[in-house]
Amino acid sequence: MVTEVKKVHTPDLSVKHLQSLFVAAVPAGFPSPAADYEEDKLDLNKHLIKNPAATFFVRVTGDSMVGAGIHHEDLLVIDRSIEPKDKNVVIAVVAGELTVKRIRIKSRKITLEPENLNYSAQEIAEDTEFEVWGVVTSVIHKL
Amino acid sequence: MKEVFALVDCNNFYVSCERVFNPKLAHRPVVVLSNNDGCIVARSNEAKALGIGMGVPAFEVADLIKKHNVEVFSSNYTLYDDMSSRVMEVLSTFTPDIEVYSIDEAFLNLAGFKCSLTDYGRKIRQTVKKWTGIPVSVGIAGTKTLAKVANHIAKKSARVDGVPDLTDSTNLEQVLAEVPVEKVWGVGIRTAIKLKRVGIETAFDLSKADINWIRNRFGVVGVRTVYELRGICCYQLEQNPPAKKSLVVSRMFGKPVESVEQLKEAAASYASRAGEKLRRAKLAAGLMTVFVTTSRFIKNKYFNSHTVEFESATNNTTELIRAALLSIDYLYRKNCQFKKCGVILTALVSESRIQQSLFDNTDREKSHRLMKAVDAVNARVSSPLRWAAEGLCQSWQVKFNRRSCRYTTRWDELLKVT
Repeated sequence: MVTEVKKVHTPDLSVKHLQSLFVAAVPAGFPSPAADYEEDKLDLNKHLIKNPAATFFVRVTGDSMVGAGIHHEDLLVIDRSIEPKDKNVVIAVVAGELTVKRIRIKSRKITLEPENLNYSAQEIAEDTEFEVWGVVTSVIHKL
Repeated sequence: MKEVFALVDCNNFYVSCERVFNPKLAHRPVVVLSNNDGCIVARSNEAKALGIGMGVPAFEVADLIKKHNVEVFSSNYTLYDDMSSRVMEVLSTFTPDIEVYSIDEAFLNLAGFKCSLTDYGRKIRQTVKKWTGIPVSVGIAGTKTLAKVANHIAKKSARVDGVPDLTDSTNLEQVLAEVPVEKVWGVGIRTAIKLKRVGIETAFDLSKADINWIRNRFGVVGVRTVYELRGICCYQLEQNPPAKKSLVVSRMFGKPVESVEQLKEAAASYASRAGEKLRRAKLAAGLMTVFVTTSRFIKNKYFNSHTVEFESATNNTTELIRAALLSIDYLYRKNCQFKKCGVILTALVSESRIQQSLFDNTDREKSHRLMKAVDAVNARVSSPLRWAAEGLCQSWQVKFNRRSCRYTTRWDELLKVT
């Protein structure tokens, strides 16, 4: 598709809004009593991401995990550095396909469980190519 | 204290990046093409086994690619760059003394580490693989040149988890005898040919070469290579890379360009990209050189360049584009089929140290805010804001026909899971 340009607008540079030099309050009198209690602002990145080098975001398609609060189009925060444990929600690679499921590890048996009655659990056979791509640590769901 | 270096090198780096986000590519022949989908710049082991060479033009191996159903990707430098910085970040958790040597290689200084170096190397490998998905090889030795040799052995050896440690090797001579001289760090193809002419075929031969002869023929750099092969450390870790002296944005065109309009679009677009890069590095440029070139193999050969000096150093895209367009007016020649154009920025200074010219009446503060706003928008959207001078169709644009998604830097190109 060719984008057609009807009109090119040039910016109006005739008016300048320069900051006047003397607007800041002159520091005299008592300093703010709160200055000592100043802390960093809350940073969602720090809250959600413990290990930036190993953290990836992925987008969910489908509804197989709605029971776990994971919906279509949600954003998942994945930390690859975490060792997957029984009952973790993980991104797994099964025969080359990426899938988000709850992992069940019982002795040597691994099962991937959906959280939606319309889907069935998948037991991983010994000879299936299987790998945990990363552990899901948070869901970001837009309302 | 005795020096100990580890060289960590990502295996088939670009291919490995593609595989992290596309697990179906495992065990399959995969290649990545250079800019403009021209030459092969990365190959999976399976592709190497098919006889697909490094750097060969893609059309030369088109038959092989078709016959063996090789997966072909355009280079996705945005993704490779992000994955590279992740790998380096993981490596820096193992030692603070790290030299990022290239996009896929780093030297680590492990001097004074009391643990088993082989075990430590193995831990490095496992951690990088687990955290980032990228497989790496690790080689350890007392000099950087020998660490390169060790890494070469790690790559060649059949044992996938091997971490060769040459620091206390008793059979170093045997090891070096197996390494062809052209594989030695710092020995280029031409040097290798000269060496082989006098019977120096392997790294071992080179390590035994007469120092005076080497100094006469190859200078002090050659002498250092020989000493390093003998285990005498001549190169330390370079942790503070020299400040950037220049910044280049240049690309081949997707197809030859003849019109001045298209050439201007391309130059404007590269200038714009250069501005982005400058601002990211918090730099400003004092000089801009624009060059244009036709193919070397046609009748109407032409190469020329033009340099513009800015009144005060700048990283403002509008100013950069204005200079680029001026240069093209000067450089353009009719009936030439241009193949490539580029923008080189030099006399780089820190953004905070821009010397204002006395007669400069640009509102720097305002233009700075505009650039910040443009950069902020472009970080978020997949079709970026562009200056009109860059053109709309950009038919000269390089081809990236088979680029994968920029999985780690674009909200709208994230990996999808079901």
